[in-house]
Amino acid sequence: MTVFILRRLAVAVPTLLLLIVMSFILMEAAPGSPFATERGVPPEVLANLEAKYGLDRSLIERMGIYIWNVVTQFDFGPSFKFKDRTVNDLIEQGFPVTLTYGFWSFVVAVLVGGTLGILAAVYHNSWLDYLAVGISIGAQVLPNFVMAPILVIIFTLWLGWLPGGGWRGGQIEYLILPVIALSTSYMASIARLTRSSMLEVLNAGFIRTAYAKGLPTRHVIFRHALKPALLPVISYLGPAFVGMITGSVVIDVFFSTGGIGQFFVNSALARDYSVIMGITILIGALTIFFNLVVDILYAWIDPKIRY
Amino acid sequence: MSALDTNSDTGALTAEVKGRSLWQDARTRFFRNKAAVAGLVIFALVLLFAVFGGLFAQWSNEEIDWSMLGNFERIGGPSLENGHYFGVDETGRDIYARTVQGTRISLMIGVIGALVSVVVGTAYGAAAGYIGGRTDDVMMRLVDVLMSIPYMFVLILLLVVFGRSMFMLFVGIGLISWLDMARIVRGQTLSIKHKEFVEAAIATGVSTPAIIARHIVPNLLGVVIVYATLLVPQMIIFESFISFLGLGVQEPATSWGALINSGTDHLRTAPWKLYFPLAFFVVTLFALFFIGDGLRDALDPKDR
Repeated sequence: MTVFILRRLAVAVPTLLLLIVMSFILMEAAPGSPFATERGVPPEVLANLEAKYGLDRSLIERMGIYIWNVVTQFDFGPSFKFKDRTVNDLIEQGFPVTLTYGFWSFVVAVLVGGTLGILAAVYHNSWLDYLAVGISIGAQVLPNFVMAPILVIIFTLWLGWLPGGGWRGGQIEYLILPVIALSTSYMASIARLTRSSMLEVLNAGFIRTAYAKGLPTRHVIFRHALKPALLPVISYLGPAFVGMITGSVVIDVFFSTGGIGQFFVNSALARDYSVIMGITILIGALTIFFNLVVDILYAWIDPKIRY
Repeated sequence: MSALDTNSDTGALTAEVKGRSLWQDARTRFFRNKAAVAGLVIFALVLLFAVFGGLFAQWSNEEIDWSMLGNFERIGGPSLENGHYFGVDETGRDIYARTVQGTRISLMIGVIGALVSVVVGTAYGAAAGYIGGRTDDVMMRLVDVLMSIPYMFVLILLLVVFGRSMFMLFVGIGLISWLDMARIVRGQTLSIKHKEFVEAAIATGVSTPAIIARHIVPNLLGVVIVYATLLVPQMIIFESFISFLGLGVQEPATSWGALINSGTDHLRTAPWKLYFPLAFFVVTLFALFFIGDGLRDALDPKDR
């Protein structure tokens, strides 16, 4: 197992480094200086500014310093646009928000999707099955940016039940719509995956054996069928995580939650390179770490994987 | 996949009995699938709308209807009399014409993304799978690495650095669209590269690139077509996502994502701005997914 984890790490770390180097080279290729203004800055001032932000050093040197600061102190440097704020400030402010509804979306997608899939498989070809299949087909054409306005029209404008945006420290009524909007399409994918793999497992020989021994249905499903049936679902958790963290950008912008995605888009529109890069790298690291965890979990659960 | 294999194995047998080709078989299966046929019809209608819809527009997509300006929320709704079938937006532009324009661009992006993935993904995956060994390891590891990067963020970084343009959007979408395809094609290649007809080709001294192009790739076509069809809606979603954030297609050009985004600005007062683009988006994606599913069932019966 240790060897397996180490081998996975041997892929994860270079991936992250590649991401950092790529972002750095992209920033370097960006035309114009972040300090260029309409009126122009005297060369002495520009030189001072560049020295302050470390822009007078060579690319390799800066990259080294950047990586060193990120790894040792978790410091992403100053924002180029908000002169008095660092990228860390923005992350600290926005990340907890994104993490909160992201976490709940993940939980909802997995629990609801998984339950729906299992029920659909167990009651194969019943109305429950058709309902679950119908929902999962419908939901795949409702990505978060379509879901969000539809939800707001229904629950805010027509029914007036829930607020159409804002955060207020994550009170439950501000949480519901973002969570539904973000989780729907992944919930559908998880339901579909669970259903098909559960169906496959339920037709397997060892399940028939379990029934033949006279075990109660509940027992067969929860103790025998569930674990192998959930394997493909676990391998989908990685992509689902990436999708949700990407989708959070839309949620942050649409619902004005003040999450990290809002800073990301604002910086993208304002060409605030250091913020974009910091957030990209942070999310890249998170993604890679999460994929690593999923891989290890998978290897731990799946008896067929030898490491 | 299995249908392709069995066909090549039993080709001699079926030839005597007036055989049905694999493609004929697939066509029959596809047209028996009602949802898929309905999807095809709807998609054809959307396509017609994109190509000829402009002819019926009373206003061009950039023309400003000055009589609507400033008061569009009250009088700018959909109407047959004044020629604004879908209403106007806050600058007095005709939403019908804008939807035609957006539909064109969104469909184009979907098709181009799928095309890139077919060309690059197939070549890459077939080469990696057929050559195998160390080459395969390195090539697929690269795909793994690229796949584990949150590409949407990288693409936005790309768009910010090189300026937001349609061209960069195409480049960005092309860069990532082929990864899944490469994996699928590689898996398929592995399963057919030890077949007799490939061995025969090797024995008669055909060069490796020729074997890949003439013997491997034609046998992958079914799978490639299926996944390319399923990629089109994904690419459309992808582009709409970026345009929804205002980072993709820029004015005066537009796409479904951009239209949906601008529609959300006036949810309360001018909801028609959202309804029409949203309906086109959802209906087209539905149709495309059903076509893709139908093709998968028709061409790839084993993979459910």
